[in-house]
Amino acid sequence: MKKFINQFLKGIIRENPTFVLALGLCPTLAVSVSVINGIGMGIAATFVLLGSNVIIALIKNKIPERVRIPCYIVVIATFVTITELTMKAYSPALNRALGIYVPLIVVNCIVLGRAEAYASKASVVNSFFDGLGMGVGFTLALILISAIREFLGAGKILGFTPIKSFEPAFVLAMPSGALLLIGLLLGFFNLIKREK
Amino acid sequence: MQNQNNLVVSVSPHLHKDESVSKIMWMVVISLIPAGAAGVFIFGLTALWAIILGVVTALLTEAVLQVLTKRKVTILDGSAFITGLLLAYNLPSRVPFWLPVIGAIFSIAIGKQVFGGLGQNIFNPALVGRVFLLACWPKYMTAYIAPLRYDAVTQATPLAALKEGKLIEKIATLDLFLGKRGGCIGEVCILALLLGAAFLLIRGYISWHIPITYIFTTGVFTYIFGGKGLFAGDWLFHILTGGLVLGAFFMATDYVTSPLTRKGQIIFGIGCGLITSVIRLWGGYPEGASYAILMMNAATPFIDRYTKSRVYGLK
Repeated sequence: MKKFINQFLKGIIRENPTFVLALGLCPTLAVSVSVINGIGMGIAATFVLLGSNVIIALIKNKIPERVRIPCYIVVIATFVTITELTMKAYSPALNRALGIYVPLIVVNCIVLGRAEAYASKASVVNSFFDGLGMGVGFTLALILISAIREFLGAGKILGFTPIKSFEPAFVLAMPSGALLLIGLLLGFFNLIKREK
Repeated sequence: MQNQNNLVVSVSPHLHKDESVSKIMWMVVISLIPAGAAGVFIFGLTALWAIILGVVTALLTEAVLQVLTKRKVTILDGSAFITGLLLAYNLPSRVPFWLPVIGAIFSIAIGKQVFGGLGQNIFNPALVGRVFLLACWPKYMTAYIAPLRYDAVTQATPLAALKEGKLIEKIATLDLFLGKRGGCIGEVCILALLLGAAFLLIRGYISWHIPITYIFTTGVFTYIFGGKGLFAGDWLFHILTGGLVLGAFFMATDYVTSPLTRKGQIIFGIGCGLITSVIRLWGGYPEGASYAILMMNAATPFIDRYTKSRVYGLK
């Protein structure tokens, strides 16, 4: 059991997909304007990761070596389609806010990266916890970035305005501000890691 | 070990000159004083507060970051002082007090110390701060005060008025030269800027290559394309307005972020001039000097690579 918890925890801190592996930066930059978007994107990606990791770990012995990437993509695309249709049905507003970035989870490098680097070599249960850990790590990173961007860039937290006289720094609501912020956070987490 | 330290020999030539980085920096500070004094005279004491806040915050940020990263504290070498001063010169006079503070923190922390301090930065730190403030709080960064009124009447800069097509009455060239116009604190009085620049040029702290090619290119380009037809632009107006003179003499010539060779400096100046005029004539912003210098800063390593001087004796 402890092994599984370790599998899970490594995705959150030691191998955080955004801040340590630097994977999946494209959706991170694009959707982290508000916390709601960040959470929605994080949950969608976690679901796809879980599903694809488990299925790929199950059929890893049946997939021919030479066409493994197309096979992974088919599995991933299936889960993305499920996610997208569910999102369209139950929260169309979120789907509109995330836009093209929901179908683009298919080519999210975290999902494909974990399939190639982990699920194709590990057992089903291990892959499940790896996918869960990576997904939660990605979601937490998105929440951190989008919380900072929403507060400093728009002066809001989850849509509310906590301080009336606060003057939002416009640039953080734009992609250039997101790049700057992610760079600083990457540096910050590297600093912590080095000092340990 | 102790003795060995006394025996370190530096690279030849072993000529001694009474110059050091910090002396040059303080000389640049002295050369900037007339422009600041003119700005304070034109816009009132609020301008002085912005300048003091910018400089003090820049020095404090530098000291705090150097203590935190356990490096030698070098706030007395003047480089942080210049950054704070130039940043304040690039602000409108009546800004909220936190604007120069945040700008100076950003200039020093992101523009300079992130790269490793003096000599390592890619971009001119003061301009990094200015562009950041302009992107964050455009409302405050474009609220210019009318000159010599001291009662906070806002007025568009001549370039902004030109862009919006509202430049109805022509401003006298002498007024532009002396600084009787809306604008940033340090950029308005061309006479004071030229005084400082002449001091630097005569003492040999800067060479003419960047500023002259920069101003000349802007003049020629705006003369050709700035008017209704070709060769009908008001080139003198374009040279005397905006941050062109301040940028050309004091920011484009920054040792760290400009090319090393003369040939490279001429390319740098022409590039700055072209980008400035293109932004002014066809871009979305009324003024482009700060963006032009930053873009050419980014190109500096490439310019340096292709204008390397030939090693003596080699083909």
